[in-house]
Amino acid sequence: MSLSTINAGPAVSAAGPAPTPPRSSAPARRRRQRSGGALLIWAFALPALLVYTTFVLVPVALAAVYSFFNWNGLGALDRFIGVDNYARALQDPIFLGAMGNNFAIVGLSLVIQGPLAIGIALLLNRNLRGRALIRTLIFVPYVLSEVVAGLAFRLMLPPGGPVDSALTAIGWSGEKPLWLADPSVAFWTLFAVITWKYLGFAIILMLAGLQGVPEELSEAASIDGATWWQTQRYITLPLLGPTIRIWAFLSVIGSLQLFDMVWILTGGGPLNATETMATYMVEYGNGRSQVGYGSAVAVILFVVSLVIALVYQRIVLRRDLRGAITRG
Amino acid sequence: MNRRAARRLTAIALTGITVGALAACAPAENGTGGSGSGDEVTLTWWHNGTGEPLLGFWEDVAEEFEDANPGVNVEVTAYQNEELQRTLIPNQLRTGSGLDLYQQWGAGELAAQVEAGFVKDISADVAEQVDALGGVVAPWQYDGATYGLPFNFGISGFWYNTELFEQAGIEGTPETLDDLYEAIEALKAANITPIAVGAGDGWPAAHYWYHFALKSCSPEVLQQAQVDYVFDDACFLEAGELLEEFIGSDPFNEGFLATSAQQGAGSSAGQLATGAAAMELMGHWNPGVMGGILQEESGDENATPPEFLGWFNFPAIDGAQGDPTAALGGGDGFSCSAWSPPECTDLLNYITSVEVQTRFGEIGAGIPVMPGSEVGIADVNLQQVLAGLQSSSYVQLWLDTAYGPTVGGAMNEGIVSLFGGQGSPDSIVDNMRNAAATL
Repeated sequence: MSLSTINAGPAVSAAGPAPTPPRSSAPARRRRQRSGGALLIWAFALPALLVYTTFVLVPVALAAVYSFFNWNGLGALDRFIGVDNYARALQDPIFLGAMGNNFAIVGLSLVIQGPLAIGIALLLNRNLRGRALIRTLIFVPYVLSEVVAGLAFRLMLPPGGPVDSALTAIGWSGEKPLWLADPSVAFWTLFAVITWKYLGFAIILMLAGLQGVPEELSEAASIDGATWWQTQRYITLPLLGPTIRIWAFLSVIGSLQLFDMVWILTGGGPLNATETMATYMVEYGNGRSQVGYGSAVAVILFVVSLVIALVYQRIVLRRDLRGAITRG
Repeated sequence: MNRRAARRLTAIALTGITVGALAACAPAENGTGGSGSGDEVTLTWWHNGTGEPLLGFWEDVAEEFEDANPGVNVEVTAYQNEELQRTLIPNQLRTGSGLDLYQQWGAGELAAQVEAGFVKDISADVAEQVDALGGVVAPWQYDGATYGLPFNFGISGFWYNTELFEQAGIEGTPETLDDLYEAIEALKAANITPIAVGAGDGWPAAHYWYHFALKSCSPEVLQQAQVDYVFDDACFLEAGELLEEFIGSDPFNEGFLATSAQQGAGSSAGQLATGAAAMELMGHWNPGVMGGILQEESGDENATPPEFLGWFNFPAIDGAQGDPTAALGGGDGFSCSAWSPPECTDLLNYITSVEVQTRFGEIGAGIPVMPGSEVGIADVNLQQVLAGLQSSSYVQLWLDTAYGPTVGGAMNEGIVSLFGGQGSPDSIVDNMRNAAATL
């Protein structure tokens, strides 16, 4: 912006009636200003650009290249097979199942975690004794490392383990489900653990959003005779919109790339019941030495995430981002 | 400053930063790969012995080698097994430097590394050892040349709890499959979980199918399949049928699909070690694993493998086509990288010498392979495994190792599906064929 202001000067003087000596020096000054500015921009952007290129762009490009080869990760990259790896992935019922699991987690997170987080945040936003303590406790799971949390649940969930004993103690005397070993149960166990882990983050986000809702509005509404429910429904929730949309964005991307919790808790099993695109990628690319194929899966995961992120930003977040991005 | 000057400056800055970044990325250790600066040589050695007694043992061996060879430094590092095998070694080999002596599991994986030109042909330097070792060296050979040497080799069998067997009134150990079925029924009648299996890890469940394949298929069929990846012989289906029947007798621990093999008291090895299950089909490393679990659980550093432990070979099957005295097993070895200095082979020769191998047997970490070193084996059960190994006419390498990770992984997945009631004998063979088609 400062550049264009500076440039406007000579342009205006050029429009002047008489060509004067300063005019001939104007281009030189302009050039000096411009190149000085460019140097500054480069100096600031270069380190970040270099890191971004080395650790993001180059690996993505390399993965794209590998994905067109039948390559075991050793030896020369000399068996070009076109899009065979992609065709194989998109025809493999296990990969399609893994993709389905990802989308199921996306949907369930939005439908279950979202309302739950908003509800708890609304409750915690009222004057309540021990509110600070409850807020802290709710946030604890999010702070725990994924591996620690995953291992803890793995140790608690085997048949006859602490969870089963606790359930027996509170009166469930019958046979318990095999939380991690039954293919029809394991996915729901995983989802419960994920919800336990990430709900705190959603709640904190919503609470922060609620701070931005002016008290005066609900006061005015209650003077007009609105009930608590009506106030939340017609005033708080609409004003919480930007926060909810950002949370949903983070939740969708996180669900698509879900890896660590699954890897620790079930490794994608039993019988691939909890496989996600990322665990499938590691299992095939790394575990089965098919780096080319694993790269194709990585590219698919990347494209799916990128398309969803772009579409979401374009459509849902458009209003929230307006003004945040400067256009030249 | 004009534009060109600015561009030049930018270019210089860019180069500077790039060079700096690359320098920072370069490995800190140097002097490997025989880049011999002067007389000093550094050997980088990676192995999977992260736990005692193996960790300290390899450090001692490295130190002794350094003392005997002035000017040679050995940098020995232990890494977690799966990380080492699947990530660290392949990545390091691809860089073409920085690693000299490394853990080698042999067969399919070795073949891929040799074809890529990463492994040193040591045939000429280890001819004596190869002669002495005999058949067990085969997995470390490829196309008639030797690319590594084993230091540990054993076979798989049933580890069992003698006290629980007694409690269930079982006399002797099962010699035939029918005996095994009877033992399973007797244990169930005594309210004891007959067998723990770590199907969550895949391969421990897959070992059952390997054993049934060994009983159904002749050694010739198995060896041919290892070369051409053709699994058309009916014996492969038969193995699945035998396994299906075995799973049908419901001998396994509750929730076995999510049970791991070696981690904690809830794992299959942990269940056997703590008396929660009576048997486990496992390799010769199992006493060491159980000792480790008991150490963790009790907090007692000196905890040893349980006293009640016994071992018997996988039972024979009446009327089966396979060689009844064939055994299933595997081992650990080391390879030298293609760019390693000559001292690497010297170290490998030292590791496989009778003297070091005897000590390896004494510490109870495994079963040494060099003839003459078996006197060192103190553990009674390992002696039994060794007797089983010596009495077997043919030793089949673990099928997943033999077929390599691609076909092996697909095979194991098919077998675990059968355990989970979702697969069939056919789908195991289909999985193997489909994976072989992607090689």
